[in-house]
Amino acid sequence: MNIIASIIHVLLALILSPLLVGIINRTKAKFAGRKGQPLLQAYYDLIKLLKKGSVYSTTSTWVFRLGPVAALSAVIISIMIIPSGGIGGMLAFPGDFILMAYILGMARFVTVIAAMDTGSAFEGMGASREVQFAIIAEVVLLLGLAVLAAGTREISLSGIYSGLWDNSASPLGPAAFLVFFAFLIVLLAENARIPVDDPNTHLELTMIHEVMVLDHGGVDLAFIQYGASLKLWLFSALLVGIAMPLRTGDPLTDMAVNVIGIFAVAVLVGIIESGMARLRLLHVPQMLIVALSVTVAALLWTLR
Amino acid sequence: MTMGLMLASLAILFSGGIAAAFANGPGKAASRIGAASCVAGAVLAVIAAGTVLWSGNDSSIRMAWQVPFASFYIAIDPLSAFFIITISLVCALAAIYGTAYLDAWRGKKSLGAAWCFFNLLFASMLLVVVSRNGILFLVAWEAMSLSSFFLVMFEHEKPEVREAGWVYLIAAHVGQACLMFLFVLLGGQNASLDFDKFALPMGGAAAGTMFILAVAGFGAKAGFLPLHVWLPDAHPAAPSHVSAVMSGVMIKMGIYGLIRIVSLLGMPPQWWGWTLLVIGAVSGVMGVLFALAQHDIKRLLAYHSVENIGIITIGLGLWLLGVSINNPAVAALGLMGGLLHVLNHAIFKSLLFFGAGAVAHAAGTRDMDLLGGLMKRMPHTALAFGIGAAAICGLPPLNGFVSEFLIYIGAFGLVARADALASPMAGGLIALTALGLIGGLAAACFAKVFGIVFLGEPRSGASARAHEAPKPMIFAMTFLAALCIILGLAGPLAVKLITPAAVQLLGDGKVQEISAMACAILLKISIAGGALIIISGLFWGLRRLLLSGRVNAAGPTWDCGYSAPTSRMQYTASSFAWPVINMFRWVVRPRLHVGMRKGLFPHYAELSSHTDDIFRQGLFAPIFRSISRMAQRVHVLQEGRNQLYVLYIAITILVLLLVKVR
Repeated sequence: MNIIASIIHVLLALILSPLLVGIINRTKAKFAGRKGQPLLQAYYDLIKLLKKGSVYSTTSTWVFRLGPVAALSAVIISIMIIPSGGIGGMLAFPGDFILMAYILGMARFVTVIAAMDTGSAFEGMGASREVQFAIIAEVVLLLGLAVLAAGTREISLSGIYSGLWDNSASPLGPAAFLVFFAFLIVLLAENARIPVDDPNTHLELTMIHEVMVLDHGGVDLAFIQYGASLKLWLFSALLVGIAMPLRTGDPLTDMAVNVIGIFAVAVLVGIIESGMARLRLLHVPQMLIVALSVTVAALLWTLR
Repeated sequence: MTMGLMLASLAILFSGGIAAAFANGPGKAASRIGAASCVAGAVLAVIAAGTVLWSGNDSSIRMAWQVPFASFYIAIDPLSAFFIITISLVCALAAIYGTAYLDAWRGKKSLGAAWCFFNLLFASMLLVVVSRNGILFLVAWEAMSLSSFFLVMFEHEKPEVREAGWVYLIAAHVGQACLMFLFVLLGGQNASLDFDKFALPMGGAAAGTMFILAVAGFGAKAGFLPLHVWLPDAHPAAPSHVSAVMSGVMIKMGIYGLIRIVSLLGMPPQWWGWTLLVIGAVSGVMGVLFALAQHDIKRLLAYHSVENIGIITIGLGLWLLGVSINNPAVAALGLMGGLLHVLNHAIFKSLLFFGAGAVAHAAGTRDMDLLGGLMKRMPHTALAFGIGAAAICGLPPLNGFVSEFLIYIGAFGLVARADALASPMAGGLIALTALGLIGGLAAACFAKVFGIVFLGEPRSGASARAHEAPKPMIFAMTFLAALCIILGLAGPLAVKLITPAAVQLLGDGKVQEISAMACAILLKISIAGGALIIISGLFWGLRRLLLSGRVNAAGPTWDCGYSAPTSRMQYTASSFAWPVINMFRWVVRPRLHVGMRKGLFPHYAELSSHTDDIFRQGLFAPIFRSISRMAQRVHVLQEGRNQLYVLYIAITILVLLLVKVR
């Protein structure tokens, strides 16, 4: 039963993840007093892009074409690793989150070198910033998981997440909430949301992720956008697993609760985006350092 | 039989080197003899090592030697066998690569001498890992240092090469001095320095002293911070196949020596593990930070060796920490991860040095800001280098990830222990933080190297006219790139290769169990890696299917509408790395020179950045300056006046006479 539930979670992620983008945009529209785009807009965009032909720069090589494909595949593998609340991941094993962190690193690496393949200063700039912010974000992610691992005495993501709320009270107490906060910042940074990057301004104003994919179009861009929504799903699921204390024991109910939680995270992201402006780029590392400090505080609490 | 093969291998290498030295004509004879003997020697050595690993029986031979305390005692146990395989693999491929690489100097330089020293370097490294006698070990160690010194000095007409050679020679001998003290202490009252006759050191202080001497002596060779200062000079100075051997395997001899000696010192106290852990973390993070700031591709790779030695040392630190707190899982995982990283780093670092050599060979420069667009001009080199770059960042599904993963789960094992003690847990956290930082920084660094050197448009004419490397060089690179993928996907097999060595060092049945567990986990990782490749293939097929029959146009890079992009408008290596360097400027201390003409219409501006090695400038330069000042003061005693020397002799004899008379 559990393995079926795990597979269902992967399928749900593959099908529902573009909806998260719609929910965020709807939330922002509500705050701005607009009607907003349809909830399914992301799906329409993907279908439109998949129907297009291609234009490739003569500077670029196969690296540019491989980037989106490899990055999307890497995110899909990561989706197979993460648990959905108390339900284990499809590919769970001790130390699986290290594979997840590194396979996401692989996705970033291919995206970055694909951007550099265009030979443009603008995309080089985005690539440079992406790797800079990732350095801190990756450490926060690993240390946050170390806090959870220390609290639950488990070293697999599925073990950690099912151990977190096993006895209706988290063994971590306040540390779990500190980690939640740190992961929220990581989510915003890794998914290029406000206040780190502004996904709405597709041209000169966007600074990191969207810059890197400026020259991608058509099918490649569809892969990239789909990958981005899956990545948002992934980080949301990691957040929900920490915050959602409900464990009924029935896999399908748990799954439903968890998916609702993931949509709630999308609403939360929408609220944050409505309430804040994008930070100056120089301040982004400072924000990530805040996340790092919070994680270290959580660590100290665990070490006490 | 096994030892016969080993001795035959050493003999072939030695005589091949001598023969090459005499075949010193303008033809290809020296290269052919040198490379052929390296390959033959490597095959024999690998067979000998493989026999020991396969059969599980150690093999040894002991002969008398007319030197006090010495005997010609050599043996192959699983630890030696593992290192023999690593050395032979890299040296044989480097020899094949070298036949083409050295062609440029044919007729201009003495290639015979270069091959002779290359063979001696190979042979002396083999001798280091098989020798079981202190004197023999020190002789082999010195032969290794000297032969590599002469190889570094290959282009001795350049002043920077001579400088690098001297720094290396001094560093090697500071290390050698520590090792001599170490063996004197180890020998104690014994009449022989055979390893199996060493008694366990008496008391913690004696063992601690020996441990510190071993860390300093072997660390100077391995490149532990701050003893790494010779690496960033020596590796760029040497010919590329030699840099590959030095960086890929020679610095690992320091790791081998440390493991071997520590295993002779008995039960490690906790602080040994802590020492290695901290050295590893600091070397790893600082190494990659300095690498990021470099403009010279080979210098950058040299700093990455410091980083990877750091990762290996973190693994060894977990090993000792695990042993001292009686946690076999952490000990075994740390040790196996460290050892496997020795092999993996040997593979991808020599691959990267081969690639850097091919680039320097083709474009005539090692300055990354003058390169670019080489993917189209040297596709095979670019593909192999790209695989190596991803592997050294520890990205799955390549081999670097497998060894880093073992160290990671060792560290997480310390963090998530049921009877968590605060201090080992903090050790695990240090390891985790360091590995995480190193991972992110290494990815940034190799995105820079690969992106700037191989992608985009050429930044100079030399780079635009570059050509693909000759076949032997391509062969060596492709072979290693394939190994990166194979070992990445066959993690369990790699663990099987190092399990005998782990069993030998940890010596209990638990290791087999932990190794089996690691294999089971790595099997899942292999599945994930395979799935990644299959899914990528499916998406690639889907993309091809969708795009076929549609309008597929080509044009200049769009980039929000630049009408005439030129290659000078590209991002450079320095600008790519600057945000990160700037974030860590409190340790890296980069220097910026901004030149701008004043006036209403300044038509000239320049900006350059430099990063010195703070340890060389801030730590060793003052020390050696004061040594040199002291030497100046003593200088009055020896000024080259023969009369004065005769006077010294007369005074000495007089003093001796007086002493005797009294």
